[in-house]
Amino acid sequence: MAEHGLLIEYAFCTGCHSCEVACQMEHGFPVDRWGIKLSEIGPWQINDDKWQYSFVPIPTDQCDLCADRVAKGKVPTCVKHCQSKVMAFGTLDELAEQMKGKTNMALFVPAQ
Amino acid sequence: MGRLLWTESTTPWKTVLDDGTEVVRTNAWSAPGCHPVGCGVKLYVKDGQLLKVEGDPEHPVTKGRLCPRCLALKEVVYHPDRITHPMKRVGARGEDKWEQISWDEAVQTIVTKSKEIAEQYGPMSIVLFAGTGREAVKFQYPLAAVALGTLNVCYSQSGWSCMGPRDTAVAFVLGSGYTEVDFGAGHLGQCDDPEYTLPEYVVLWGKDPLRSNADGLWGHGLIEIMKRGTKLINVDPRLNWLSSRSEHAIQLRPNTDTALALALLNVVINEDLYDHDFVDKWTYGFEELSERVQQYPPSFAAEVCGIPEEQIFEVARTLAAAKPWGLCMGLATDQNPNGVQLVQSLISLAAITGNLDVPGGTIVGEHMIVDVNLDAPVDPALQDMIIGQKEYPAVRAVLNTVQPDMMLEALETGKPYPLKMGWLDSSNLLAPTCSAQPMRWHDALRKLEFIVAKDIFMNPTIQALADIVLPVSTWAEHDGIVMTHYGKQSGIVGAINKAVSVGECKSDLEALLLFCQTAHPEIVAELPKYQSMENWLDGDMGRLNVPFSELKQHVTGVLDVGYHKHELGLNRPDGQPGFETVTGRVELYSTMFGRLGDDPLPYYEEPRFGPLSRPDLAKEYPLTLTTGARYYASFHSEHRQIPSLRQLTPDPLVEIHPDTAAELDIKDGDWVWIENPWGRAKQRARVVPIIRRDTVSAAHGWWFPEEDGNEPNLYGVWKSNVNQLIPHKEIGKLGFGAPFKGVCCKVYRAE
Repeated sequence: MAEHGLLIEYAFCTGCHSCEVACQMEHGFPVDRWGIKLSEIGPWQINDDKWQYSFVPIPTDQCDLCADRVAKGKVPTCVKHCQSKVMAFGTLDELAEQMKGKTNMALFVPAQ
Repeated sequence: MGRLLWTESTTPWKTVLDDGTEVVRTNAWSAPGCHPVGCGVKLYVKDGQLLKVEGDPEHPVTKGRLCPRCLALKEVVYHPDRITHPMKRVGARGEDKWEQISWDEAVQTIVTKSKEIAEQYGPMSIVLFAGTGREAVKFQYPLAAVALGTLNVCYSQSGWSCMGPRDTAVAFVLGSGYTEVDFGAGHLGQCDDPEYTLPEYVVLWGKDPLRSNADGLWGHGLIEIMKRGTKLINVDPRLNWLSSRSEHAIQLRPNTDTALALALLNVVINEDLYDHDFVDKWTYGFEELSERVQQYPPSFAAEVCGIPEEQIFEVARTLAAAKPWGLCMGLATDQNPNGVQLVQSLISLAAITGNLDVPGGTIVGEHMIVDVNLDAPVDPALQDMIIGQKEYPAVRAVLNTVQPDMMLEALETGKPYPLKMGWLDSSNLLAPTCSAQPMRWHDALRKLEFIVAKDIFMNPTIQALADIVLPVSTWAEHDGIVMTHYGKQSGIVGAINKAVSVGECKSDLEALLLFCQTAHPEIVAELPKYQSMENWLDGDMGRLNVPFSELKQHVTGVLDVGYHKHELGLNRPDGQPGFETVTGRVELYSTMFGRLGDDPLPYYEEPRFGPLSRPDLAKEYPLTLTTGARYYASFHSEHRQIPSLRQLTPDPLVEIHPDTAAELDIKDGDWVWIENPWGRAKQRARVVPIIRRDTVSAAHGWWFPEEDGNEPNLYGVWKSNVNQLIPHKEIGKLGFGAPFKGVCCKVYRAE
């Protein structure tokens, strides 16, 4: 599935941890192993009106893009449970298309 | 009356996959604890074992999404420390020696003992202590009144500082159930529904709803409307994630909120920016309010709140021009001795800017669908004996419980009458969420002759106090009903559908019926509702008039409480337009406040232990402490033993501004003591610039299930227990609001 990836529109990622815990539950990972891990960037104040305060979930080398789920026609569990609906799964072409004209987007292609 | 709408879902509540796995669609509530949000869940079950939890994509609000607390449910259900059978204490209290007993023995012992105590000391010597938010809250009144014969129901938090003050203030000003910002929860199409209007602004006042889904508001619903263009104004001493995306983040000094609200009213009124039509037709006391707010110009509020004066003008003008804006009030309005005046001011602001009960505005609630009042025969003389109601009659008006500070004193002194038996119903009140001065509660409660507890895990409160423990089932293990904020607000009506069984656990409802049927068959014979689960759940659908079996088939419905109810005559039982208040109008000047011993108009009270009121204390305790910061990983004191959740927040955290931390030689990750004249607590410093320099924000509800449970350690419950720093009975005139979010403190590094 090297042509597939995860697209994160991190402007609205609230850092709720649902992707992390959903992934651990799906794969039976112990608490110190992660298929996807949140990264917190900030918080710091950029100027009077603006803060740097972002979360970006980053797939690890143990992410298999939920191959079993995808084979059953489902989306990866992190995408399904994301409370802000900021994650998408698809082919790189599809996801690159979705990125056009938007900011605060990150496209990940996990090791698989 | 609200409309119940069914979604178009065609998936039955239970399906069986080819390999025999059952998939049960349900709506989450408790145990373990959560607010009545009713997120949609699919439980995968094979051979009676819960395999997996997934979000239900057909749920109208959550649409397949879940928070970590639901996702990790399996770890709760099958946790080795879970209480799965009734137990009796076989050592001394606090000795961690328990023996499994049968339900029959447990029920017989409790019923016999409670009858003996009622006979000897009177039924009011029995007190039911209930926690917050959970399903058990729904059953506390009948459990007390019917099974135990007492009307002493106690939410033990000083000043009833959670939801009750807001509920009561809203009831006095509007005559209605609790208000809520409209994020589309009452429509099948949610915020894309044609009947819905997107709010131009949402005002989040002392609330961080993403983490806790407080008061049944599904927090991430706000993200949906933000994506569509709604802007935020956030009032919080702490700059939370939502504040960082707000047009205005007002970082005021804790517990000075009422000054800000009054100043906003001052600008809207003095600059003639209010909705004249609404004020003329629907409000009472506008002239008096106009006169009162002259005492609170923005210059005054800027000074006491520690915020820029210009920001107050800007926000007031923005809200006056916004069509519509919605008000989302948080716990900070309750945890403040001046809190009911804050709620009165904020509702007034929503009203006079014309944003009350309009689409995308602030929805006026209905009264609770579930009737918490007693349908059982109780001696009316007992009503006048409820602890603290004589001194604080406002506590009777909506909540009809004891006044919690008065309960602590009654336990300590035996006055006005001795208390002998307690029932801790899903309340780990020492841990702490719902007590100030938990050590005093510990000592006072130990005087009780007999204590029953009902919960899912052993905890410090049960270990220290209980004589018999009853096991509660999780929401995966029982049938029930969950409605957004108990059916007071637009949102969901959901069936809780049983999927698995664990040990001998019973739901709060099953236990209620069992105790009522055993203790008082003669009462139950007269009350069909108490005769079976089916009867009860059908009755619980209340005025919606739909049997539970139908809800179960649909799994989830949407309740729409409607808009413009004052115009349509839907607020009042007589069908007349207006509001269900004494004057029939929105009471900016509250006749009920006046009647019950407070000022009918809102006023500002300076925090009692801040640097302005107590410069003497400020010398040694220069910082302001706000407590109860929420985390995704826990519901108050729960979930500490759940591995996947504990990993997310392993330690109790206190947030300190980098400048303040540098002055105190504190580094990120250091263990520090937070201390004031009432107590101290040890937490881990999170040095972060999102908190005011003069304020620290501490976590609550910490205990350590991995530690020794015996007295005096009690799972380390006293170590990080920030509620020890909250003084007893520093509350408002009506008996509401303790300064859980505003006392003085100092912070220093722990060695």
